Amino acid sequence: MAVRTRMSGNEAVSHAIRQISPDVMPAFPITPSTEIPQYISTMIANGEIDTEFIPVESEHSAMSAAIGAGAAGARVFTATSSAGLALMWEVVYVAASSRLPLVMAVVNRGLTGPLNINAEHSDSMGARDSGWIQIYAENNQEAYDNMLQAYRIAEHAEVHLPVMICQDGFITSHAVENISLLEDEPVKKFVGEYEPEHFLLNEKEPMAVGPYAVSNYCMEAKKAQAEAMIRAKKVILDVAREFEELSGRTYGFYEAYRMEDAEYAVVAIGSVCGTTKDAVDRLREAGVKAGLVKVRVFRPFPGEELAEALRGCKAVAIMDRCESYSGEGGPLGAELTAAMYRAKLAAETVNIVYGLSGRDVRVEDMERVYDDLRKMAEEGLRFAQYPYLGLRE
Amino acid sequence: MNATTFDYKEIQGREERLAPGHRLCAGCGATIAVRNVLKALHPGDHAVVGNATGCLEVSSYTYPYTAYEDSYIHSAFENAGATLSGVETAYRVLKKKGKIGADYKFITFGGDGGTYDIGLQSLSGAMERGHDMVYVCYDNGAYMNTGIQRSSATPPFADTTTTPAGKVSAGKPQPRKDLAAIMAAHNIPYVGQTTFIGNMKDLYTKSERAIYTEGPAFLNIMAPCPRGWRYEAPELIAICKAAVETCYWPLFEVVEGKWSLNYEPKKKLPIEEFLKRQGRFKHLFTPENEHCIGEFQAEVDRRWEELLARCAQ
Repeated sequence: MAVRTRMSGNEAVSHAIRQISPDVMPAFPITPSTEIPQYISTMIANGEIDTEFIPVESEHSAMSAAIGAGAAGARVFTATSSAGLALMWEVVYVAASSRLPLVMAVVNRGLTGPLNINAEHSDSMGARDSGWIQIYAENNQEAYDNMLQAYRIAEHAEVHLPVMICQDGFITSHAVENISLLEDEPVKKFVGEYEPEHFLLNEKEPMAVGPYAVSNYCMEAKKAQAEAMIRAKKVILDVAREFEELSGRTYGFYEAYRMEDAEYAVVAIGSVCGTTKDAVDRLREAGVKAGLVKVRVFRPFPGEELAEALRGCKAVAIMDRCESYSGEGGPLGAELTAAMYRAKLAAETVNIVYGLSGRDVRVEDMERVYDDLRKMAEEGLRFAQYPYLGLRE
Repeated sequence: MNATTFDYKEIQGREERLAPGHRLCAGCGATIAVRNVLKALHPGDHAVVGNATGCLEVSSYTYPYTAYEDSYIHSAFENAGATLSGVETAYRVLKKKGKIGADYKFITFGGDGGTYDIGLQSLSGAMERGHDMVYVCYDNGAYMNTGIQRSSATPPFADTTTTPAGKVSAGKPQPRKDLAAIMAAHNIPYVGQTTFIGNMKDLYTKSERAIYTEGPAFLNIMAPCPRGWRYEAPELIAICKAAVETCYWPLFEVVEGKWSLNYEPKKKLPIEEFLKRQGRFKHLFTPENEHCIGEFQAEVDRRWEELLARCAQ
């Protein structure tokens, strides 16, 4: 039976980890993910789980130790944010190319410049091409549910790729909300035991990991990695279906909210989607055909599916909680616009940068976005550059 | 620890754990270090070998061939300590959970670039946390893999590609970092410094002790590089002997905090005996740079006296 309670996003992820009880967790504290290693260390100290915590001296070593433990045959978990993920950068790629099914909770926070500790997606978006699967949550419930699905995806024989489970710093990680938890036994059964096919500590089959590969082999390794990412699409959906049978909660690449006849759509990632749903409800009451497409899976990028979800819309606002300094907008904007072009969609689009460094977004802000979409479709409104939402004038 | 007595024939007759066919240079010290350290594993014992990026890695695990008979992991340049600490932790957990049966030892190799410099933090963390592993530095005194750039292990006045000897420069201005002392300051159970001397007894004894001591251990092995030091391959052993006889590279160990000298030359040779065999110091043997040899000697003398004092305590 489900357990109804209330907890923060960090507590929810830690609770999932208590239920999964991975073998090894190397981690280094960084706001706003620090609570996760704290909660898990407390569980270990109280004998609730038999995970071994490695109190590494940096995030670079956290990911390095995770690679070592994963290659050795252990189920591994770590958590980080912002500069911590940036410090890991080099070895984040190594983890993926070594095809290790690690899972990392990323509590999204902006990268420094200026130093800031609040929600932004520049950390995980910066790692979007590192070969990790990326799944984002709107709230604590989704952070919990995504974490329970993560190892099933990562360890799947068709995938063998690491997974980032992302949630918005503070807004989700620290806000206490209602949540429905699954009981321990069904979770353990769902996640299953980890049985690696090849691992360093297999006495019957010594193994070498991390070769130097020259030009005549390296390209094939990268192509194999890319194909695993494509195969992950089916696995993500299969695992979601199985999870639905267990929990009654539905997951896919994205959530379509009131999109059935929507003329004006917002596409966004993370906690802003909750705010946007309120705006959609208000606008629907006023007769505006507003809808929301919430992107859950960013890697692999479900471009075709997202474009299909937007077919029929007159105008679409693509929201990025991340500046990519391309002079053209953010990463979701760039990738989704390309997908819409390939799908031959005719909708007007605007790429909006919002919520940087934790800048608040209110329901009224999102209502104004929908108003702009209407003006784009009906009055020919165009933006000279990609607009910033909520910028101080 | 179950130390075996040193039986040269038996030890050299043990199966090679670094297979031939790797691409390291003739006269390379790293190869000798790895072969001999791994020979100190008791026959039949399993090991996971780690490695920092460097000459050794690119020459011994070039896809699709590995020269290692044991399981092996390389992930990056600066993280050999952290990476192997993850392997060792996984071993303890999986063993406790009954998921694996065999006993394993954990040994990782890094050059001085990956150890003294870019990997120092990762090494320090792994040692401080107390993982049951051996970190072996094959110290050839420069970043050889990228083309002989200076490191903090490079001796003073060495001609490297980033401290070239020139009209107004006599090579590297700074003395060497004393990494063995830094590792001893971590209060780990075992630190040893050695090189290739005689029948390799010192290297064997220290390797075996490092591997079979519970907890973290650090071995610093002077491992000359023919390209960077500029010597003919057969000169290698003579250079190592000169390094020890001049007290440039003393053989010592720190066991549970207690320093002890393993070899004291009957007559300490002048540093020229070490320097003159290497092209990287050639520029010192000129009238305008002669004073550098005096400074080098003074630094060797100071450190030797310091070591004697530590070992006398």
